[in-house]
Amino acid sequence: MAIMRVNPTRMELKRLKNRLKTAERGHKLLKDKTDEMVRQFIIYANRNRRLRKELERELGDAMKNFVLARAVMSPCQAEEALVYPSRTVTLDCDKKSVMSVMVPSIKVSGGDGALYPYGFLSVTDEMDSSIATLNTLLVKLIELAEVEKTTNMLADEIEKNKRRVNALEHVMIPQLRETIKYIVLKLEENERGSLVRLMKVKDMIAERQ
Amino acid sequence: MYNRVGVIGDGDSILAFKAVGMEVFAADSGEQAREWLKELSKQDFAVLFITEQYAAANEDLLQKAKTKPFPAIVAIPTSRGSTGYGLESVRKDVEKAIGADILFNRED
Repeated sequence: MAIMRVNPTRMELKRLKNRLKTAERGHKLLKDKTDEMVRQFIIYANRNRRLRKELERELGDAMKNFVLARAVMSPCQAEEALVYPSRTVTLDCDKKSVMSVMVPSIKVSGGDGALYPYGFLSVTDEMDSSIATLNTLLVKLIELAEVEKTTNMLADEIEKNKRRVNALEHVMIPQLRETIKYIVLKLEENERGSLVRLMKVKDMIAERQ
Repeated sequence: MYNRVGVIGDGDSILAFKAVGMEVFAADSGEQAREWLKELSKQDFAVLFITEQYAAANEDLLQKAKTKPFPAIVAIPTSRGSTGYGLESVRKDVEKAIGADILFNRED
């Protein structure tokens, strides 16, 4: 490990020692942060996986039913019935902090109004039930979006944090240690040098008298 | 303020979402879905659902959007069922964060 280019002085030594202390403290804190983030991440990832499995099954079924329901109607009829929705979904979004990662928190807020955008005369019963199912899945879909986003962002943050920990552990801290050692050795060397010089001078003065 | 929900997909799959009140954007190809994605990411959509095959075609855009809080882009299966793309992306996240796939190799 290369040492830093610094002047081997006491002042520099003091400064580096302080930096080393900070780096070690930061390293410990970041490591603890990673541990906790991974714990949270695993909870979210499990939830994400469970939710997604559930939803993919249910949504797949609901869509199949919908396609079947649409198939028994004429395309024009189906289009006419569905093309003007009677409600629009709006969301209530906020940010929350998970281990100081700002993640979205999303709730369905709007969406009142009649469930079915059509009159019952021209539309089959299957269509009604498939739209009702889809409507109940809506909340779950939004929840999945929130959880998936949280998982994504946590994964990203954990990766970044790991880099920081590694940089501190394998680059910064060893470098600081070596530089400190170098300065200490250099200072001792200087001290010995001046001691020897003084002894020599003393001998020379004694000889002259 | 982010408060809208959008769905990008082929005409067949998205009509159902339109009926429950989401805003839908029809795309016939991966490129068209890409245009929509770019366009809608700039607007105030909080959640964008995109069908799996289009999500797979625009993987790079999805990756880029992952680090921002909004919009949350989520892949959904089509009426023909799921290709497993969504679960695969969850698995990738786990691998990225932990370094090994420790959650998915056990079956339950």
